[in-house]
Amino acid sequence: MENKPALSLSNLSVRYGRGCTFCEASDNELQGNRCPHCGSIWAVRNVSLQVYPGEILGVVGESGSGKSTLVQALYMDVEPVSGDYRLNCYQDGAANVFKVSLPQRKMVRHLMLGMVYQNPHMGLRMGFSVGANVAEKLIAAGSRNVQEMTRRTAELLAHMEVPLDRVKEPPKHFSGGMQQRVQIAKAVANNPPMLFLDEITTGLDLSVQARVLDLVRRIQQELGITMLIVSHDLAVIRMLASRTLVMLGGRVIESGLTDQILEDPQHPFTQILVHSLLS
Amino acid sequence: MLEGYNFAFLDEGAKRQVRRALLKAVAIPGYQVPFGSRELPIGRGWGTGGIQITLSLIGKDDVFKVIDQGSDDSVNAVSIRSFVSSCTGVEQTTDTSQATLIQSRHRIPEAPLRNDQILVLQVPLPEPLRMVEPREAVTKRMHAELDYAPMWLGLYEHIVRVGEVKIGADYPVQVENHYIMLPSPIPRFDNPKLHMNETLYLFGAGREKKIYAIPPYTQVASLAFEDHPFRIEDQADRACHLCGAQGVFLDELFAEDGQKIYQCNDSSYCLKRMNENGE
Repeated sequence: MENKPALSLSNLSVRYGRGCTFCEASDNELQGNRCPHCGSIWAVRNVSLQVYPGEILGVVGESGSGKSTLVQALYMDVEPVSGDYRLNCYQDGAANVFKVSLPQRKMVRHLMLGMVYQNPHMGLRMGFSVGANVAEKLIAAGSRNVQEMTRRTAELLAHMEVPLDRVKEPPKHFSGGMQQRVQIAKAVANNPPMLFLDEITTGLDLSVQARVLDLVRRIQQELGITMLIVSHDLAVIRMLASRTLVMLGGRVIESGLTDQILEDPQHPFTQILVHSLLS
Repeated sequence: MLEGYNFAFLDEGAKRQVRRALLKAVAIPGYQVPFGSRELPIGRGWGTGGIQITLSLIGKDDVFKVIDQGSDDSVNAVSIRSFVSSCTGVEQTTDTSQATLIQSRHRIPEAPLRNDQILVLQVPLPEPLRMVEPREAVTKRMHAELDYAPMWLGLYEHIVRVGEVKIGADYPVQVENHYIMLPSPIPRFDNPKLHMNETLYLFGAGREKKIYAIPPYTQVASLAFEDHPFRIEDQADRACHLCGAQGVFLDELFAEDGQKIYQCNDSSYCLKRMNENGE
């Protein structure tokens, strides 16, 4: 049986800056990801990838390699210069999500995608209660029943091991690990088929990291959500991802099974990355 | 009449500009139309939006009334009335049914308004999304995309925290299932009067330079969740101590002996009833 990708992306480019004829010609060499003529940054350049239903795809790379911009473009936080983005859950992959109308894109974002940001301040409203934060996704998806939303919120937070007697507190009262778990609850509130995780364990101490990773693995197994996980930490990728892409300077330089990349890295940069992990 | 000034104070160009904004506002109910707010002999934020609409609409045959929080006799009401009268010479009234043009601050009169009357409301803060988003460019886009989840989130938060939406005045409404707008700080009691009414309501915010409108027979729904319907202030068992009116908006006062008494907020309505009762 043919296995259709849940998410299929081809030739995604994201640029910060005005761009010029020199850097828009894709074969011209840039200085890293910066155009020597106009100074524009090409955070992501001609990236293509597929994620298959139920799998976890890892994206690694040093900071500034375009990993976060990649997921932000997929979650439609940033506008890409070009790219073809198809989701199997949206019109069976017949439409390029980047090209459909804004309300449609919002609908896709609210109903079919979930995002957990590296910095909880980006994903949560720190002044609102934890319950309202999770409910925001439900409201955005069209729910207008308080009782139902409160029930679903409590269920999600209990699942994420957030103590229920703190539902009315704002997330700014919470520890980093707990804020991350609230973000995950919010991201999966509508049972999205696709979840993006951006450096979710960065800045957490090791025991808290382990619990958050545990949680990610558990919801992946229980809900069967397809995930794309971005990290600069190969240990996280090794634990979660079955396939991995390595990014450098906005491009994908290597991709394959995670084990393969860790055991037999081909690109010099990947070799440095893997050795730094093992040493 | 003031010597040396144009009829109705503003020059004809300024009036036409306000009228153009009014036409657009009527054509797109609930949409905030920007306009060039002119200098007036009153500080911005003291009713200048309403006054500019009044001055650009008033004609020699109009009968003009001003309400300040229900009262015809407060300093603001008297000052605005005498200003308009001194630069136009039109007839003034305190009787709602006699007036053709009514400027009001924070109240819709108790007496039902007719199709041949216009109610101009003064607006301090026109943007309902300002509390959740400080940038004008972003709120404009949110309106266009119906991105109202943050607005609903605020109401949800109220219900979760205190069991009810705790907005007394300026309760947000959605016009024709599209634009969410603030009806200016009228009490919740007056919100139902906006729905499918035969009068033209015009809203002017002089400091914020915005004009918007609810034309006659427009659907206006106060925001509410399915299981928490919108409700007005509960004053069912109270009556005005002067005219005995029930089912109107009452002010709570303290009598000399410390007892709470209730009195019609709409002074012209109360006076009319007392005169009728006295006969």
